[in-house]
Amino acid sequence: MSSAMIDLIIKATLDTLYMVGVSGLLAAMFGVPLGVMLYVTRPRQILARPALNQALGIVTNIGRSIPFIILMVAIIPFTRMVVGTSIGTNAAIVPLTIAAIPFVARLVEGALNEIPPGLVEAAQSMGATPGQIITKVLLPEARGGIITGLTITIVTLVSYSAMAGAVGGGGLGDLGIRYGYNRFNPTVMLITVAILVVMVQGFQSLGDYLVRKSDRK
Amino acid sequence: MITLRNVSKTYPIKGGHKDGARGHVKVVEALKNANLHVPQGSIHGVIGLSGAGKSTLIRCVNLLERPTSGSVTVDGQEMTRLSASALNQARHRIGMIFQHFNLLTTRNVFDNIALPLELMGMKRTAIRERVMPLLELTGLTDKISQFPAQLSGGQKQRVAIARALASEPRVLLCDEATSALDPQTTGSILELLRDINQTLGLTILLITHEMEVVKSICHRVSLISDGELVEEADVGDFFTAPGTQLGREFLNDFLQLEPPKGLVERLEAEPGEHTHPVVRLAFSGDAVSTPLISRLARDCEVDVSILQAKVESIQERTLGLMIAELLGPAEKTSQAIDYLESHDLHVEVLGHVQRDD
Repeated sequence: MSSAMIDLIIKATLDTLYMVGVSGLLAAMFGVPLGVMLYVTRPRQILARPALNQALGIVTNIGRSIPFIILMVAIIPFTRMVVGTSIGTNAAIVPLTIAAIPFVARLVEGALNEIPPGLVEAAQSMGATPGQIITKVLLPEARGGIITGLTITIVTLVSYSAMAGAVGGGGLGDLGIRYGYNRFNPTVMLITVAILVVMVQGFQSLGDYLVRKSDRK
Repeated sequence: MITLRNVSKTYPIKGGHKDGARGHVKVVEALKNANLHVPQGSIHGVIGLSGAGKSTLIRCVNLLERPTSGSVTVDGQEMTRLSASALNQARHRIGMIFQHFNLLTTRNVFDNIALPLELMGMKRTAIRERVMPLLELTGLTDKISQFPAQLSGGQKQRVAIARALASEPRVLLCDEATSALDPQTTGSILELLRDINQTLGLTILLITHEMEVVKSICHRVSLISDGELVEEADVGDFFTAPGTQLGREFLNDFLQLEPPKGLVERLEAEPGEHTHPVVRLAFSGDAVSTPLISRLARDCEVDVSILQAKVESIQERTLGLMIAELLGPAEKTSQAIDYLESHDLHVEVLGHVQRDD
């Protein structure tokens, strides 16, 4: 294999890590609070706002139901507004993040669901404010579940990022399609797939390790 | 210290079908006009079957459940009129422990006990000074950095008690605190609660379905049934002579003092020509040490056939219980009952049986 090809593979790997890393981080920054909101605004919850809860739920479901490839194209004007361009790695990060936020939110909501309601009641009996209940009870107690959710999100983002080639986003998936699939180069195809497999394994193992460390049950 | 006045709580039935009149949603009355007063330093038990409204009652004290109507006063403060932040302040003065402990799994013993102090914004060093004596009091000093998953049920409840005491409350609410524990552990937790009551002068309101809890630590007891407080008495009096049918059922269940099966079948409500009464006697205080049965035979010329008997200690009081047949002519047996009652015995005529002879 030519050294030019090796350089391409290295660059593609870094591009994938960059896209997944940045969009994963942004998705967590917006998705975790959204997930908490979805949970605490439910009826009979600490900040019960049924109407708001329903609105958030609908928006989240819409976000989750649009196929990624369509979302990516549909929000091109928004992407251009945010990052100034509609092609390239940075442009791919916008739809990746938008797709991942509702995904993270639902997983976080699910993790919070697992907390026994008695813990919240105990905190209320101690005079905890809703903010204190979120920061001192809900988030720490759901930490393991939230990390599990973020790990799933990262792995999903790795596979979504393969579609980023559609907006010239680069990355391993793009490389595999352009050189491996379109130009019939099975070696490149195999190498990109192998790197993706290793990457997913790595993220999963890291996630599992963090969950084990935070889980005291 | 705790006063409930005409406290009621109703819930709309979940997904309640609207019956008849439009917009009329069905409701459940979980608590109906409850009145309760727990004086400073006393231990008050509320006993009832599951679904009777015990949980709702105790949650109305610290407003985990907001009463639909009525007033709740704790330490002179009307709870129902407090703003959200004032209510949180008031809750710092009301500790609470739960059936399932409700400890945070991600915090160790020290940090669990520290939680209410963190919520109050206390500094780390001041928190340490508060927590260490509580570890000592609850016998958890060597468990300081263990996590709840590593503790037994009894130890978890001790942590919960220490946590409830951390903010130096005036009142402790116990929600079925020993119901998830085995009898031995129950005993040690009750002992700890009694200690706390005596050494700290803490007022305790507890709810339970176990007579054992009432018997071993409560000063007064209320009976709750179907959302209503139907009976209230000093614990000694309650165990001697419950005032309601439900109270008697609880007591008989607990004491396992029922007339023998064969006898129950022959029992008739009204006296006949050739019957004699079966009585349940309860006596406490001086009566325990007086040889009343032999005097009954001598002074009233009535023979006594003892069917069941039992002596219980209810805290400092000794309580004797007996089921007996009084054998003799009708006027003699009724004299005997008067005689017993005049000696401060509680006599309940269970029925009448035909003479065998």
